[in-house]
Amino acid sequence: MGSTSAHGENSTGDGLGRRDLIKRSAALGLIAVPTMSFLSACASGGEEAPEGGAPKGAVTKENPFGVAKGSKMDVVVFKGGFGDDYAKAWEAAFDKKWGTTSTHLGTQEITAKLQPRFNGGNPPDVVDDSGAQQIKIDVLAKGGQLADLTQVLDSPSLDDPSKKVRDVLIAGTVEQGTQGGKFVALNYVYTVFGLWYSGKLFKEKGWSEPKTWDEFLAVCTKAKEAGIGGLAHQGKFPYYINVVIMDLIAKKGGLDAMKAIDNLEPNAFEGNPAALAAVEAVYEVVEKGLLMPGTNGLTHTESQTAWNQYKAAFIPSGSWLENEQLKQTPEDFDMKFLPVPVLADSKLPFEAIRAGAGEPFIVPEKAANKAGGLEFLRSMLSREWSTLFAQQANSLTVVKDGVDPNVKLRPGTQSAVGALKGAGTNTFNYLYPDWYSEMDAEIQNASNELMAKRIQPKEWIKRAQAAVDKAAKTPNAKNNKRS
Amino acid sequence: MSQVAQSRGRLGFITGFLVLPLALYLTFVIWPYIQTFGYSFTDWSGQSPTFRFVGVENYTALMKDEVFRGALWHNLLLLVFVPTITILLSLFFAFMLNAGGRGGAGGVKGVRGSAFYKVVYFFPQVLSLAILAVLFGAVYRSDEGGLLNGFLTKIGIVDAAHPVEWLNEPDLVLWCLLMVVVWHGVGFYLVLFSAAMQSVPKDIYEAALLDGAGRAQTFFKVTLPLLWDSVQTSAVYLGIAAMDMFVLVSTMTSGQFGGGPDHHSEVMATVLMRNFLYFGKSGYACAMGVVMLILTMILSLITLRATRRERIEF
Repeated sequence: MGSTSAHGENSTGDGLGRRDLIKRSAALGLIAVPTMSFLSACASGGEEAPEGGAPKGAVTKENPFGVAKGSKMDVVVFKGGFGDDYAKAWEAAFDKKWGTTSTHLGTQEITAKLQPRFNGGNPPDVVDDSGAQQIKIDVLAKGGQLADLTQVLDSPSLDDPSKKVRDVLIAGTVEQGTQGGKFVALNYVYTVFGLWYSGKLFKEKGWSEPKTWDEFLAVCTKAKEAGIGGLAHQGKFPYYINVVIMDLIAKKGGLDAMKAIDNLEPNAFEGNPAALAAVEAVYEVVEKGLLMPGTNGLTHTESQTAWNQYKAAFIPSGSWLENEQLKQTPEDFDMKFLPVPVLADSKLPFEAIRAGAGEPFIVPEKAANKAGGLEFLRSMLSREWSTLFAQQANSLTVVKDGVDPNVKLRPGTQSAVGALKGAGTNTFNYLYPDWYSEMDAEIQNASNELMAKRIQPKEWIKRAQAAVDKAAKTPNAKNNKRS
Repeated sequence: MSQVAQSRGRLGFITGFLVLPLALYLTFVIWPYIQTFGYSFTDWSGQSPTFRFVGVENYTALMKDEVFRGALWHNLLLLVFVPTITILLSLFFAFMLNAGGRGGAGGVKGVRGSAFYKVVYFFPQVLSLAILAVLFGAVYRSDEGGLLNGFLTKIGIVDAAHPVEWLNEPDLVLWCLLMVVVWHGVGFYLVLFSAAMQSVPKDIYEAALLDGAGRAQTFFKVTLPLLWDSVQTSAVYLGIAAMDMFVLVSTMTSGQFGGGPDHHSEVMATVLMRNFLYFGKSGYACAMGVVMLILTMILSLITLRATRRERIEF
């Protein structure tokens, strides 16, 4: 040994040469690299932490869950479009009232930060489980990780103790947060979904708000003639175009068509004329070349920004759009909300909109201060906290009339509120994306193919139905039913 | 000291140094592997400490999973093309930089400015994959704002109303991603091969030149055989990169953890992550992890075997 030349195969019986050895061990070690990160991600943390020992105060009318004075609160919020200033304001208010000490974490990496804690049995007390990296609620619920929030619903409202909390919530909130028959997630932000346009652009061009699909196509055609795209969508995330497709189905076929999909019925898509009509209507936009060029491959920020630069007339999105695009929107853009226009012979009127609660707040079943967590949610449903949220995050909450009328809203939010008033009781909301992640992903894939003109509407229907049938076979399907 | 005693002393010395790293390796590398193996036989959701033993159910489901099989196929395609293209390009460039110049009297040197090129070629290696994803996201952007589309529109090949949706084209997406990996890798392997070439004694080249060998002949008869060790190691490294691909696919293509459009750029790692984190099928995902591990090991062994040759000493 010691010479620089390795002992090759012709040297006497020394086995591997040094260079060989190093090279091979390097190669073997490296096998680990790609697989390791995934494999080690699979490894869960320790075993269940011992339960009990949660601080408990006296249960009174004012303190229905028994929050202990001087206890600790551990709050984790998704720091996305709404920021996390609102949560800090809440925590300060909570600490002041209950003498607790709150620790705050605002993050985008909900899964990365919380998965080990859920697995280890030491989750936080309140979580805003949102964003691209949220831990899916259906998965958490299945694992028995979520506290039953029915007790919050049945507790007295802070603003008017003669009322229960459930009475101050906008319709649909409870349904939305129910998994397998148990209310486990408080979706706090009230969101409306539909199309958006620039009031300024429409005024300039002399276009009027389309109410039927034909009128909508006419505006798109005029836009194309004017050298801009008709409909833009966030192609990289087919979630958005699904808003248009699914809303058309619900409006054309009525609430029964929507429920058939959520309830995974064998004729949810296949053999449902409303579904076919809706998909064909959307496909017409593609076929007539009324999409903004290239929109199929753009991310949400790219397409929304292009739309803000007047490169397209319409874009589908939820009411978080305005807050999300705050920096890219020109001062005089005059953002306007438009319910998805209706097809001929639709069962729901034009004014009907998909409206629902988003941004799920949860209290983990194994939270150290579960009482504190529940009380925190009860406080969120007070007028005071709801107004705090509207001011800090530019958005509405699920608390009925929960925003002080003196708070001035931006044009987009304003028009969304107007549309919501116009809709009255004609609101609807799909639940399948929360119940069946896999089915949702498959329908999104099909929509991406449809928009790229690679499949025809009939094929879309077939694929969507296949996704439904597949979901119907999962054990989860038994627990989720809506009426 | 006798020979035996001496070697025993050395053994103890080496063992002393190896205990701690070995313990760390066992805890943080081997133990998770074993755990994963265990989890792959359960229906663990990934978000809960409770799960049920389901036997080989996950593995049988995996056999039938078309998405996973497609992903496997893509990985194999990449496995063939990533190392081949990267190594060929780097070898070509490295040779040009080191021995491609029009030699003076008997001198063997690279093309003019080769020292400069070497630095430039190395640049891409400095960037992390996450930055590359953003960078090439802008190159492949599907409207006129994209570098490629903008350029092609300007020179009139592409119609502005129908830009090429690079990463949204089933037939293109995988090759677009392959391009990024190659672009990223060539510089590094170029420098690696350059170093190896420089350690080849000049007299060998001079002898070859004197015997009247042309550039191509010099390369195939002299340079390549002498570089075989480095090429072999590179093939293993690149093969491993091709088996991964997670960062690029998940950030650049559509779908949860990428893989779009319609699973056309799916690789095993993206399918794994989607099942693991998004669908809540972690036990199933662990089974994929085990399959990935086994495949990668087999492939590495094959590469090492297939490329074994008699060493040329110099």
